[in-house]
Amino acid sequence: MTLKPEEVRWVAHLARLECTEEEIKLFTSQLSEIVAYVNQLQEVNTDGVEPLSHCLPISNVFRSDEPGVSLTVDEALANAPARKGDFYSVPAVLD
Amino acid sequence: MSAELPYRVVIGLEVHVQLLTETKLFCGCSTKFGLPPNSATCPVCIGMPGVLPVMNRRAFELALKAALALNADIAPFTKWDRKNYYYPDLPKNYQISQYDLPFSRNGWLEIPTAQGKKKVRLIRVHLEEDAGKMLHDETGMGRDSLVDLNRAGTPLLEIVTRPDMNSPEEARLFLEELRLLLRELKVSDCEMQEGSLRVDANINIHIPQGDGYVATPIVEVKNLNSFRSVERAMAYEAQRQYEEFRRTGKKLGEVPKATAGWDEDHGVTVVQRRKEEASDYRYFPEPDLVPVLVDQAWLERIRAELPELPSVRRERFQTQYQLSAYDAGVIVSQGLAFADYFEKVAQLTGDAKAAANWCTNQVLQVLNERKITIESFPLPAESLADLIRKQRQYNVNPQRAREVFAEMLKSGEAAETIIRRLGLDVSFSTEQLRELVRKSLASQPKAVADLRAGKAKAMDALVGQVMRETRGKAPADEVRRLIQEELAQTPA
Repeated sequence: MTLKPEEVRWVAHLARLECTEEEIKLFTSQLSEIVAYVNQLQEVNTDGVEPLSHCLPISNVFRSDEPGVSLTVDEALANAPARKGDFYSVPAVLD
Repeated sequence: MSAELPYRVVIGLEVHVQLLTETKLFCGCSTKFGLPPNSATCPVCIGMPGVLPVMNRRAFELALKAALALNADIAPFTKWDRKNYYYPDLPKNYQISQYDLPFSRNGWLEIPTAQGKKKVRLIRVHLEEDAGKMLHDETGMGRDSLVDLNRAGTPLLEIVTRPDMNSPEEARLFLEELRLLLRELKVSDCEMQEGSLRVDANINIHIPQGDGYVATPIVEVKNLNSFRSVERAMAYEAQRQYEEFRRTGKKLGEVPKATAGWDEDHGVTVVQRRKEEASDYRYFPEPDLVPVLVDQAWLERIRAELPELPSVRRERFQTQYQLSAYDAGVIVSQGLAFADYFEKVAQLTGDAKAAANWCTNQVLQVLNERKITIESFPLPAESLADLIRKQRQYNVNPQRAREVFAEMLKSGEAAETIIRRLGLDVSFSTEQLRELVRKSLASQPKAVADLRAGKAKAMDALVGQVMRETRGKAPADEVRRLIQEELAQTPA
């Protein structure tokens, strides 16, 4: 399984990562190796095996609809790269 | 298809409603609207590393309730997935949603159109979390955007219809019926102003050509702020597509799907840049949430909690009270409390027709004028029922009865008190009325002759005299009936 550089560029774009051409080259070969490694799983015969959507054999875990403790505004915004009033401030986003 | 339009409109809706829970879908933060910005967040909903979401049971049950009422098939096994995208309103960089195994599929909602009932089919209903709210700088360029994460993690129901609506009006009717249903189920308050109901609409048109038709490219219209704007936007967009097709000839599949924003002020849809790239959300199963299994016993318990649905109530009012489809529709569409009010008046008076008339005319008019709901309407059902009974007892004509109604609203007095004060507490026996009618006929031979000659207007003079003699207290309908009877018995 070999990835193409444009696939790596696309995935980087989706993750909003800026990569240099050097990095794209490096990651293309590294990610290809990872995918090839995982791809070995395709060799297992899964005929008659139910798809697994969760690794734990449990289901129906719920909490009741009761209020818990929220952070204060200051706590919530403590890690914000930029704050304006009681808001997170982010670079203007144009759709 | 509308008779005037040279094309058929095809609309599918994607509706998001916030569920009426106290707390968010995966944490105990409040979902209350209008809290100070960023005051209802915690490590779970702002995506701190190492936290674990735990599903709100009430949210899941409300979702089940809605899906059952929408006639959907409930999946015995459901799970959640991560929908990955990067945007400042989504602190985790993924939204917990449902991809390939939503908790329900199919289903339908019947809408009352002018041409009769119509089923709008649903593709799916699923449960997901909401994102935060962005406040963009509307005025300048390059200014910052502000983010409020209170809404992040609020439980949302996503309801996706098939493209079964064939006019802007049907789209509005679907939304009105959905809102009525979800409000009565107490699943959501569906307030568009507060964002607890949001709509995106997919629309294209089919233009007859030869034996078949051509379809225009589908446009997804966003920024729809009211049901009225949905209706306006659909009408505008359909015509815009028709004109564009006549200009360019572009058909479905020949250009990428486009998104348009509705500009309420100018009443136009603005087609945004067509995205060449397909959405790529790289869904994968949410490892932090375990699946949910729904068995029959659970479903039956939820089903047993379902109240009478509006569509069922409409039918019942027609059979039980012999209401017209129109009256039943008007009453039911006002919501459960109004329908209950009508029923109480109908039962207390034993006169459903009078109850329906009063409710759909006078009562509704007052509610609209005062912009209030039936819950804060000053006259309890007992008082209105009393008025209807007294109106019958004293043969008060409709106009005077409306005066009594207005007085009751103003003074809060009982119908009887006002009727006495206005001197309407007189009842005439049929014999008394017949006597007055005979007098009127005898004193106005010309009017009698005119009436016999087919001049319906002459009736007014004959009725008028009886009304004058009784100072407006005689029941005009009865007088009219007696005049006809007298004339029939004494041929010219």
